[in-house]
Amino acid sequence: MAERKLQVALYWGAACGGCDVAVLDTDAFILDLAAVADIRFWPIAVDGKYADVEAMADGELDLALFNGAVRNSENRRLAELLRRKAKIFVALGTCAHMGGIPGLANGASREEIFKRAYLANPSLESGNIALPAVEHKVPAGTLDVPEFYRRVHKLDDIVPVDYYVPGCPPAPDQVKAVLLAVVQGNLPARGAVVGCSERAVCDDCDRRKDEKKVKRFYRPWQVIQDPERCLLEQGIICAGSVTRSGCGVRCPDSGMPCRGCYGPTANVRDQGAKLISAVASIVDSRDPQEIASILGEVPDIMGYAYRFGMPAATLQRTVGSL
Amino acid sequence: MEFEPVIVGFLCNWCSYTGADLAGTARIKHAPNLRTIRVMCSGRVDPTFVLKAFAAGADGVLVCGCHPGDCHYIEGNYKAMRRFELLKRMVAGYGIDERRLRLEWVSASEGERFARLVDEMTADLRRLGPCELAPTLVPWQSDLGTLAGEAAAAEREVTHG
Amino acid sequence: MSRTIQIDPITRLEGHGKITIFLDDQGAVEDCYFQIPELRGFERFVEGRPIEELPRIVTRICGVCPASHHMASAKAVDACFGGQVAPLAHKLRDMYYHAHYIHSHIAHFYALAAPDFVCGPGCDPAQRNILGVVAKVGLEIGGQVIASRSKAQRIQAILGGRTTHLVWCLPGGVSKGLTTDELAEIRPLVGELYDFTQFSLQLFRDVILGNPEYVELILNGPYTLDVHNMGLVDQNNAVNFYDGQVRVVDFEGREICRYSPAEYATHIAEHVEPWTYLKFPYLRQRGWQGFREGLDTSLYTATPLSRLNVADRMATPQAQAAREEMFSTLGGRPCRALLAAHWARLVEMVQNAEMLKRYCDDPEITGPEYRLIPDRITGEGVGIVEAMRGTLTHHYTCDQNGICTGANLIVGTTNNNAAIHMVTKKVASTMIRPGVEPDNGVLNLIEMAFRSFDPCFSCATHSLPGRMPLIVTLMQGGEVVRTFRRDPS
Repeated sequence: MAERKLQVALYWGAACGGCDVAVLDTDAFILDLAAVADIRFWPIAVDGKYADVEAMADGELDLALFNGAVRNSENRRLAELLRRKAKIFVALGTCAHMGGIPGLANGASREEIFKRAYLANPSLESGNIALPAVEHKVPAGTLDVPEFYRRVHKLDDIVPVDYYVPGCPPAPDQVKAVLLAVVQGNLPARGAVVGCSERAVCDDCDRRKDEKKVKRFYRPWQVIQDPERCLLEQGIICAGSVTRSGCGVRCPDSGMPCRGCYGPTANVRDQGAKLISAVASIVDSRDPQEIASILGEVPDIMGYAYRFGMPAATLQRTVGSL
Repeated sequence: MEFEPVIVGFLCNWCSYTGADLAGTARIKHAPNLRTIRVMCSGRVDPTFVLKAFAAGADGVLVCGCHPGDCHYIEGNYKAMRRFELLKRMVAGYGIDERRLRLEWVSASEGERFARLVDEMTADLRRLGPCELAPTLVPWQSDLGTLAGEAAAAEREVTHG
Repeated sequence: MSRTIQIDPITRLEGHGKITIFLDDQGAVEDCYFQIPELRGFERFVEGRPIEELPRIVTRICGVCPASHHMASAKAVDACFGGQVAPLAHKLRDMYYHAHYIHSHIAHFYALAAPDFVCGPGCDPAQRNILGVVAKVGLEIGGQVIASRSKAQRIQAILGGRTTHLVWCLPGGVSKGLTTDELAEIRPLVGELYDFTQFSLQLFRDVILGNPEYVELILNGPYTLDVHNMGLVDQNNAVNFYDGQVRVVDFEGREICRYSPAEYATHIAEHVEPWTYLKFPYLRQRGWQGFREGLDTSLYTATPLSRLNVADRMATPQAQAAREEMFSTLGGRPCRALLAAHWARLVEMVQNAEMLKRYCDDPEITGPEYRLIPDRITGEGVGIVEAMRGTLTHHYTCDQNGICTGANLIVGTTNNNAAIHMVTKKVASTMIRPGVEPDNGVLNLIEMAFRSFDPCFSCATHSLPGRMPLIVTLMQGGEVVRTFRRDPS
């Protein structure tokens, strides 16, 4: 008798598709996976519809991977639905893990974002006051679209999550390792962050680290960086010291600083708080005025501290978003 | 009921906590709104503590250390000074009024100064009202309860193992 | 008895969407709506960020075409710095971009589109996907498809340091150049990719052109629209993906307008409807006329087919030959048969591969001056590239410290929103017969309408609306005097 194949679903919330591409980037492994698994639902590649998921029994799916943040009522509904239908529910990628880039919207109110999109920008139809509506009647019937929530949530704000695979997107090798672990029944205790290391990016970065004493910070375009030397030592803000490794150090290796997409290292509650500590600690001054002037070169503290994880921050959102 | 602000204060053991203690032994009256947390050095104050205080419902956070040059650990208060420069911008970035977060140097003999500082901050916060951001964390008591429960469970696991 | 059919979610594309079909009492299509339910708000939340960070934030608009956003953003940012860019950087960026095109076009053609043709539109949905395609064409060919896409990704990783969510461009150039060792690694991959483009064209001839039903569907089916075409062209009116001027040509071949990036808002406007979060771009000077076809319509498409319709030629010889074959088979240019976009995609891949070879042979490509430090901030810029799925415009403003003060984006697929809506309705009205229950195959034929556009709705829905009833209460002396209400619908 043929062994029962694993039943798998992949879905995206407020997402960009990059995590789905990361799965495709496992290349031929997809064919190996298909040999042992039925992909029942994966909108980018497979024709399963919501009705097919709703018709499944609870727990019928062995594995559901959810990428993207929770931004609207449709994202929420699918998070809850897939959690019910799946034995193992995985937050795939930074958005599901921490809110991701869409989480930056927690710095602005729905009204402001709405205004920028529909009322005040150079290419709008002149005099437009029309807005999308959750329900709208047309002659033939009623149309509905999801409700846009006032802020972005990470996945485990909505439903319990069994495993987290960080990264924007997760490195394909890591995705493959996680899928293999599921197939082989070889996963750690629930709640673990997998597909990454316990070290910080700095530990895996090949750049030379001497002494961090900075009298001036530079924006990346203001200096030609030395590719052999630690970026932070050159006064270029880099989040490597407060970010989990596992990405292959792909940004510093291409000459650009890390911005923290793999999330904080283990046991750290607030990655942004750690980043400001790290950056402040290298300022080479004891004089309050000079300290203020040196750190004054660093713009947009919130954007550096919480580039990928505002919804996961201790305070989660700004007053401006309320 | 009139609004009474909650201030969380991180006081360094060697100078400012002793200074606060002096206010007590000298019977100097001041507003009772400060909840004190003793740390060994102002340099121990991780920005996470401050953010957590706001997230747990503090209306204001006060960090006190030794005067520059007097730190028991030599460098600690300079570290606090540097860190605070970015922390205050982060708190402002959240939209929290800048008067809600203060870094002050209080020596062991400055009991009177400490008392006035607490009064002044309490008065400021009474005027400002509750913190602009509602709490996002469960109250500290239940947080501690969870940790105690986890510790007990860990112990049980060991004895059965 | 009237009914509503919902196709939810639409599948084999990037992004969220649903199709709502209203049937009348006879079971014929009364109306049909293509709705986009998603949005995230990029235009607002990039405000306040250092402008040089935008190219690495806006990549997260889309994980399939992140380099499109990265390049358009980089060009807009460059313009905010007075346009000072190291010339070698433009070559390197263009080189990367060609590899990026190949990855995306392979993914779309083989994984998203091919199942409809290789497995058949009415095939069992559980088989109608890339795995079903591999099962039909065999593991060897399936392996080649996967390996080819992997090679395109590999070229990008070597050249720019990353594939998805590139961080390479910054004001003045790019952050790393190409070493001779890296070039030696890339060169053989380029040759193999060129061969694969020829293989793909042959597969198209065999599987699609060799099937009279498919040819009939393409040429005489309901998948056509009388709307205009938009694409980027260089100074020779040849197809260019990275730079040039935007040209709009009507469906009979006449040029309607031509503009440089800075002028985009004079020519393009966006219309809003309450039943979708995605806006509808149209030709501003003709005004919004609703969802109509015809020579005087203000609607247009921006797809690989549109690009080939708009340009007078490809930029490279073998691609040009492929283009000529395509148009002569289809009955001339411009071509209104939207399914031909699948073919146009394969023609474009030939140009991508030929350009990659050209850059490999360019002695300057491994040069050291891929960056300069700009010396002024001019505060505003527009960058336009052709994303794989349409003309992509990024417009930024920033202050004197280079902090973003505003962003406006018109994204590839957004250009096609009206066309997709209209052709979906057209196909639904043709395929759904009164009294005949539409089966899965019919519903899939309806989905095939949008699939030819290779849509990217995460791209399209960067911006954010919300439920906004506006209530104003006028009070006097503590009493409510009047209440004004503006409802969203």
